[in-house]
Amino acid sequence: MEEYKYVGKPVDRLDEKEKVTGAAQYVDDIEFGPNLLYGEIVESPYPHALIKSIDTSEAEKVEGVVKVVTGKDFPYKFGLYMKDRYIFAQDRVRFIGEQVAAVIARDQKTAINAAKLVKVEYEPLTPVFDPIEALKEDAPVIHPELGNYSHVPWYFPKGGTNVAHQMKLRKGNIEKGFKDADFVFEDTYRIPRYAHACLETHIAVAHLDYSGRLTVWSSSQSPYTQRNLFADALAPLGFSHKDIRVITPYVGGGFGGKAGVTMEIIAVALAIAAKGHPVKLRWRRDQEFYNTYMRQQVITKLKVGVKKDGTITGFEMANYWDAGPYAEYGANVVNASGLSATGPYRIPNIKIDSYCIYTNLPAAGPYRGFGYSEMLFSVESHMDRIAKLIGMDSVEFRRRNGIKEGDSVAYGVPMNPSGLLEAIDKTAKEIEWGKKETSSDPNKVIGKGFAIFWKAPAMPPNVSSTAFIKFNEDGSLNIIVSGMEIGQGYLTAMAQIAAEILTVPPEKIRVELPDTDRNPYHWQTVASHVTWANGNAVKRAAIEVRNKIFDIVHQAYHYEKDSLYLEDEKVKCKLHSSFELPFKDFVIGGIQTEDGTYRGGAIVGSGSFMPEFTSAVQDPETGQGGHPNVHYTVGAGAVKIEIDKQTGKVRILKAVEALDAGKAINPMNVKHQIYGGLLQGFATALYEDMRFDENGKILNPNFTDYKIPTSLDIPDEFVPIIVEVPQPDGPFGARGIAEHTMIPAAPIIANAVEDALGIRIKSMPITAEKIAMAILNGKKEVDEFLMIMKK
Amino acid sequence: MKKISFTLNGEKRSIDVESNDLLLEVLREKFGLKGPKVACERGDCGACSVLLNGKSVRTCLILAAEVDGQDVVTIEGLSKDTLTPLQESFLKHNSFQCGFCAPGMTITATELLNKNPNPTEEEVKEAISGNLCRCTGYTPIIEAILDVKKK
Repeated sequence: MEEYKYVGKPVDRLDEKEKVTGAAQYVDDIEFGPNLLYGEIVESPYPHALIKSIDTSEAEKVEGVVKVVTGKDFPYKFGLYMKDRYIFAQDRVRFIGEQVAAVIARDQKTAINAAKLVKVEYEPLTPVFDPIEALKEDAPVIHPELGNYSHVPWYFPKGGTNVAHQMKLRKGNIEKGFKDADFVFEDTYRIPRYAHACLETHIAVAHLDYSGRLTVWSSSQSPYTQRNLFADALAPLGFSHKDIRVITPYVGGGFGGKAGVTMEIIAVALAIAAKGHPVKLRWRRDQEFYNTYMRQQVITKLKVGVKKDGTITGFEMANYWDAGPYAEYGANVVNASGLSATGPYRIPNIKIDSYCIYTNLPAAGPYRGFGYSEMLFSVESHMDRIAKLIGMDSVEFRRRNGIKEGDSVAYGVPMNPSGLLEAIDKTAKEIEWGKKETSSDPNKVIGKGFAIFWKAPAMPPNVSSTAFIKFNEDGSLNIIVSGMEIGQGYLTAMAQIAAEILTVPPEKIRVELPDTDRNPYHWQTVASHVTWANGNAVKRAAIEVRNKIFDIVHQAYHYEKDSLYLEDEKVKCKLHSSFELPFKDFVIGGIQTEDGTYRGGAIVGSGSFMPEFTSAVQDPETGQGGHPNVHYTVGAGAVKIEIDKQTGKVRILKAVEALDAGKAINPMNVKHQIYGGLLQGFATALYEDMRFDENGKILNPNFTDYKIPTSLDIPDEFVPIIVEVPQPDGPFGARGIAEHTMIPAAPIIANAVEDALGIRIKSMPITAEKIAMAILNGKKEVDEFLMIMKK
Repeated sequence: MKKISFTLNGEKRSIDVESNDLLLEVLREKFGLKGPKVACERGDCGACSVLLNGKSVRTCLILAAEVDGQDVVTIEGLSKDTLTPLQESFLKHNSFQCGFCAPGMTITATELLNKNPNPTEEEVKEAISGNLCRCTGYTPIIEAILDVKKK
């Protein structure tokens, strides 16, 4: 493999000094002066009701209240893939906590007090919380107008029902698949909702100035997508894209929760209502739980046929996703995971149905892994059980059936180059697979669990990414891009890519955070695709800069361009070994020639990248015919756990994860993603546990009752492994890895619990309580699912 | 309104506060010190931590009036002249990702190292267990804190 100077090295993070000193600025840290106003939301107390009347008169009388707005002021729908959301509820509310009106006031306390004076009269309707109940013919219809909503061509909503989207995938002949099998094994798995739980809550400050310019500062993964959705939703008010400016400083955690648009459009509406004032809307921690997006609940029915020798012959799956009342983004989670729901297996006969179903729980949407964490819990639990059923070692079963380069995936496209087998073998070796271990404590048992995974970036086929590079007088660089640094190390990776081409060390490069007025287009920072897509754009921009350097040197010195090369921030020539020209001597002011005139001028470069082989044109009945994904990143993970049989408490003694980064642009940051992502996944597997009451009201919207991991919850030993089978169209062979680190966590734990105790837990989370009760009651299988508490 | 006087990052400061003003609000809104972050507003996460007379406290749970006559240090106070050895170590280990927990984490770890310059790994984990981080899996943070004592 080619040796690089900056790519593949553990280069220090560009943003770290700002972060360790407290200098890093987040939206709430920006000063907006004494003209700043504050918004407060009037929320629905009902999960499903008609709004009969809204009386804002008492609230308007409060001193310090500037304005009170309701749905009547903003009768506009918005949405990324389907316009099914409203800036404020119109005639109907669809979940507890939905925004019905808002008070704009001089200070937050006044806004809070005045919001309590807004009187809303409701006519309660029957709600539905269970996605399977919501499919029944007599279920209340949550969106009576669904048939009229506009949406992308690959959504198939069913008007008059609660089905926001149904995704079908058919390959081979499923009947034959089960006829060819020696064993057919079937079961149901349940995965509840989860919260992103970013430390920074959602926040947006919007300002419509008197000239008609709209500026929005938001904590977001998606500055350009936000601008586009604002312009689209507010088109009746005459906004052009150029009149809207979205600025995104550092973001205090994203994990998909700050993708697209959720509450930011409310801040925009408030700014329009209070023209001339910046208006701040910052979610409190409880609002962060119920009025952004959660991860969706899913119930999966899975049936797999297998031969005695371990060959998988048929795979039939039905996924019932609970999207809450707004599926504009969530239906694409359903779609994307549905396309890839076999997991990384080679299977000839496939039937997958994925239903995205409206319910009256809070809205659900993208969360790190985009449906794959959920799908893998079912698939990788099931595969483990099948291996056991036919008496085959489960790692051997995965080696045998694991997908290889060139194998056809479920929608008929050949699999990209992949290090799956290498990841399996390295993980198995590191966890000492096959070596049985016992605890010295008779109350404790030890088990090992294993799982494999894959994930493709889930995005439209034509998402675009661009980059600008400019030189400064001293030869340092600014890279101007619109990907978002959400903690993953994006800025550093972009600097390393440019550094490699231009020989400018990363510490002499700044990568600028997005501002849609100045930074060029990038769709949004989701899908773990920025290293690949924006990395390609940065690389192209750097190559353009290099070509311009060669052009200028050629003009001034008449050296053949082919003989020129860059080294240590200088231009050199293969044919004239004494020639070397430092960048700082010419990248702004050009090169002086013998007659005293100059050649060149300030050097800038631009690059653009969009995949040109992808297509979402597919047969809606079979899912065949398109090329919906650019590539898959694969890997394997394993744990060794110790379970206290009296309390059911699980301690992770060792965690291993290997993933194929193609080329790890920054191996340190890849390892750091594995530590963080896998722990986030273990928490969903073991104890994060979102609960609702019988009216669909979340019971634990805070960190006291919704437990995210602390430093005491990390594995005793953590082994990250990087595999590198290059991605041919990736920058230096790189592909994305960040979401992937989380997605195998749940089945690894489930499989380890069965290994330790012989108990199969088929519903997440696998709490200490579930384990202890199963031991106490002698149960071998656990279906118990506690997301909605009955009275 | 009540007038309070206290030492803030080494400097004597006075200000009028309402009896129910939280220290977090006063530090951020009146003194413009944005290091302490608003995150959970109920003492769960530690992102708003400062040193009060050398001990880490959650400013979302403390009234501003309570710090009258006392000594408050925020992350800005630690970073004033040069980085502390702890901050240097965080930098070297690239400990933080989104960085939102960093000011609070740094305050808590500073208190730990002031009290116990040679903590064990278990002591480090215990000390920072009230400071939530959603990104890092804590590992690069723990390694950085342990690395300070080696020097």
